Amino acid sequence: MSDFVNEFWNWYVILIVLVSIIACGVFLWTQSISHPSGGQTTDTTGHVWDETLQEYNNPLPRWWMWLFYGTVVFSLVYVVLYPALGRFPGAFNWSTAGEHQKEVEKVDAQVKPLFDKYLKMDLKAVAADKEAMEMGGRLFQTYCVQCHGTTGQGIQDKGFPNLTDKDWQWGGEPAQVVETISNGRTGMMPPYGGNPDAVGGEAGAREVANYVRSLSGLSHNSELATKGKTRFDAVCFACHGQDGKGMQALGAPNLTDKVWLYGRTEDKIVEAITKGRSNQMPAWMEFLGEAKIHLLSAYVLNLSTGGEKK
Amino acid sequence: MSEIQSAYNYKVVRQFTVMSVIWGIVGMLVGVIIAAQLVWPELNLGFLHFGRLRPLHTNAVIFAFGGCALMGSSFYVVQRTCHTRIFSDALASFVFWGWQVVILLAAITLPLGFTQGKEYAELEWPIDILIAVVWVAYAIVFFGTIFKRKVTHIYVANWFYGSFILAVALLHIVNSAAIPVSLTKSYSAYAGVQDAMVQWWYGHNAVGFFLTAGFLGMMYYFVPKQAERPVYSYRLSVVHFWALIFTYMWAGPHHLHYTALPDWTQSVGMIFSLILLAPSWGGMINGIMTLSGAWHKLRDDPILKFLITSLSFYGMSTFEGPMMSIKTVNALSHYTDWTVGHVHSGALGWVAMVSIGTIYYLLPRLFGKPEMHSVKLITVHFWVATIGVVLYIASMWIAGVMQGLMWRTVNADGTLAYSFVESVKVSYPFWGIRLLGGVLFLSGMLIMAYNMFKTMAGGSTVDAPVLVPAGQHA
Repeated sequence: MSDFVNEFWNWYVILIVLVSIIACGVFLWTQSISHPSGGQTTDTTGHVWDETLQEYNNPLPRWWMWLFYGTVVFSLVYVVLYPALGRFPGAFNWSTAGEHQKEVEKVDAQVKPLFDKYLKMDLKAVAADKEAMEMGGRLFQTYCVQCHGTTGQGIQDKGFPNLTDKDWQWGGEPAQVVETISNGRTGMMPPYGGNPDAVGGEAGAREVANYVRSLSGLSHNSELATKGKTRFDAVCFACHGQDGKGMQALGAPNLTDKVWLYGRTEDKIVEAITKGRSNQMPAWMEFLGEAKIHLLSAYVLNLSTGGEKK
Repeated sequence: MSEIQSAYNYKVVRQFTVMSVIWGIVGMLVGVIIAAQLVWPELNLGFLHFGRLRPLHTNAVIFAFGGCALMGSSFYVVQRTCHTRIFSDALASFVFWGWQVVILLAAITLPLGFTQGKEYAELEWPIDILIAVVWVAYAIVFFGTIFKRKVTHIYVANWFYGSFILAVALLHIVNSAAIPVSLTKSYSAYAGVQDAMVQWWYGHNAVGFFLTAGFLGMMYYFVPKQAERPVYSYRLSVVHFWALIFTYMWAGPHHLHYTALPDWTQSVGMIFSLILLAPSWGGMINGIMTLSGAWHKLRDDPILKFLITSLSFYGMSTFEGPMMSIKTVNALSHYTDWTVGHVHSGALGWVAMVSIGTIYYLLPRLFGKPEMHSVKLITVHFWVATIGVVLYIASMWIAGVMQGLMWRTVNADGTLAYSFVESVKVSYPFWGIRLLGGVLFLSGMLIMAYNMFKTMAGGSTVDAPVLVPAGQHA
C-alpha cells in the first residue's frame, strides 16, 4: 500500500524534505560567515527607530549555532534511518504498524500459556479458580466496563444490562454466555410490535403499558390493563409469550420480573412500545479469541451467582 | 500635512488595549470555571458544561485577549517605528469593531453548541467569513502603514507582526474551508486523515504564528524600549526570524503521532519540530541578552520583570515542545495533562506575561499619565501571576506523567494494570492545585484591571505627535 498516487509525489516529497533540511544548514552557514562591513564607527547597525530603538550586531552565539547545526545533522541522519522520504522506508525498515505488530506478538507469546491453561478446564471449574477469576476481572475491567460498569451492574434504565442479578436476556447457561460474548447479540423491539393498528396507537400503547405493569405487580389502572391484555394477546405475545415471561432465544425480556432494561414507569414503557428499542452487544471473538472469552464467561457467570466462595 | 496626519492614531490602540484586559479576565474566568468543573463535576450545569465552555475558554484567551493585545500593540508599534500615522483610520476602526463582533458571536454560538469541531477553529462558517474580512482589513491597515513609512529600514518587530498577519490569513482561510448546509452547520472541505493534517497544520501554526511570531513582534519593540538598551543582535534576529517562520510550517504532524497519518509525514513533522528549537531560542536569547549591561533594572522595574520572565517561559516551553514531538516521548505525553501544562507554560508564562508587560507599558502613554496609577500593584500582579503559572505547570506535569505511566502499565497476563478511572483518581488533587494556579493568575488580571481604570481616570486621550525619523532632523 502506498501513500502516493504516482511517482511524481514520491519524488516531490523526497526532494522538498531534503532541500528544506539542507537549506536550514546552508542559510545558517551563509549568515554566520558574512561579517558586517568594516570601518563602522558605532557598534550598532546605525539605524534608529522611534527615537531610541537601535540594534547591536553581535555575532551569533556559538553554542546556539552548534545547537542549530546539531538538529540539522540529526535530521539528515534520521531521514536515512527512519521513514521520512516518500516511499523510502528507511534503513531500519521501521514503521509504526510494524512496531505495534512486534509488540502484540511478543505479549501474545508471553500470555498465551497463561490463558490456554484455563481453556482446557470446564467453565464452572474456571469460575471456581481464584487466580483465573482475578485475570477474568482484569479483562472485564478493560473491555466490559464501558457499558456494564466497573461493578458489572450495567447502567440503570439505559439498556445496559446488570450482570450481577439472576436475570438473563439471552440465557445464563455457560454455552449461552460464551455465545453472547463471542458473537454478540442484537436486541430489537419493533415499534408497536410491528403492528400499530393492532396495538391501537399511542392510546392503545398506554393500555398495554398498564397491563405490562400489572404483570410484575406494579401499580396500574386495572380498567386500562384489561383493555391492554387484549392487545397484548394479539401482538406482544409473539415474542414475550402468552404469560409475558419472554423468550430468551429471541432476547425478548421477561416482563413479569422486577428487571427493567429501559425503566418501568408507564411513560418509559409507552415509549418502548411506540418507538421500539434496539440495542447491541458487540461480538468479541475476533478481538479477544477463545481463551480470553472462556475466562470472561466464567467471570460473568460468577458475577451473577455472587461468586461461589469455597 | 494636515493636523491629524501629524499625530499617531492612539484611539484604536487604546480601544484594543483596554479590551484586551477585559477579554483576558473573561477568558481566564471561563478557564477557572472549567478547571473547577473538573474538581467539582456538579458544576457542569445544563448546557454550560465543560464540553461547551472549553472551546469558549480557548477562543476567548487566544483570539479575544491575545488578538486584542496583538492588534493594539501592532498598530502602536507599526506607527511609531514607521514614523507615520496609521494607513487608514476608518479601516482601523473597522478592524476593532469587526473583531469585537467576532468575539461576541463566538461567546454566543460556542455555548449554544454551534461548532465545526476543529480545535481553535470551532467557529461556524458565517463567523469564519467575518474573521477573514476583518483580517484582510487588518492586513491592509498594517502593510499600508509599512508602505507609507518615513524610514528606509523596516524595524524587526514589524517583520514578526507582518509574518503573523500573513500566515494567520493563510491558515484560517485554508483550514476553515467548509461546505455549509445551513446558517449554523457546515462540513469540512477535507476528509479523513487529510482533514486531520490540515487541522493540525493550522493548529500548530496558530501556535507558531499567532502565539509566537506575533508576540515576538511585541517583544522586539517593548523589551528594548523598556530596558532602554539596543537589541542584542541584528544578525541573530535575521537568522532566527527566517528559520522560525520557515520551520514552523512543517511541524504540525507531531500532533498526529501514532495515528492514521503516514509514517513519513509523522517523521517529517518530528524532525522539523527539533530543528525549530534553535530558531525559537534565538528570540529568547535576543530578548534576554538585550538586557545585558542593564540587569539591575530587573530589580525594581516590574514591567521588565514581566517581559523577561515571559521570555524565560518562552525558552522553557520551546524546549519542551521539540522534546514532546519526539515519537518516544510523545507516546508517553500525548493525551495526558502534560500537554495541557505545556500549552499553559506557553500561554500563561509567555503570551499572557509579555502582553501584560506590554499593556502596562502602553496604558500610561495612551492616557497621558507619567506612569501607572500604582507601580507597586504591578509588582504584586507579577508575583501573583508567576506563582499561579508555576503551580499550574508543575501540577500538570506531575498529573500528566502519572497518567501516561499508568495507562501503559500492563499486568503479566497482558491486561491493563489500571482502569482509566484510577488515573482520574490520582490526578484529582493536582486538578485542585491547577485550579488554585488559575485563580491566582485571574486575580492578577483583576488587580491589573483596577490599576488600569485608576490610571485611565482623569487621564487625557491626546494622540502623540508623529516623530521625524532620526538622522532626518534639519
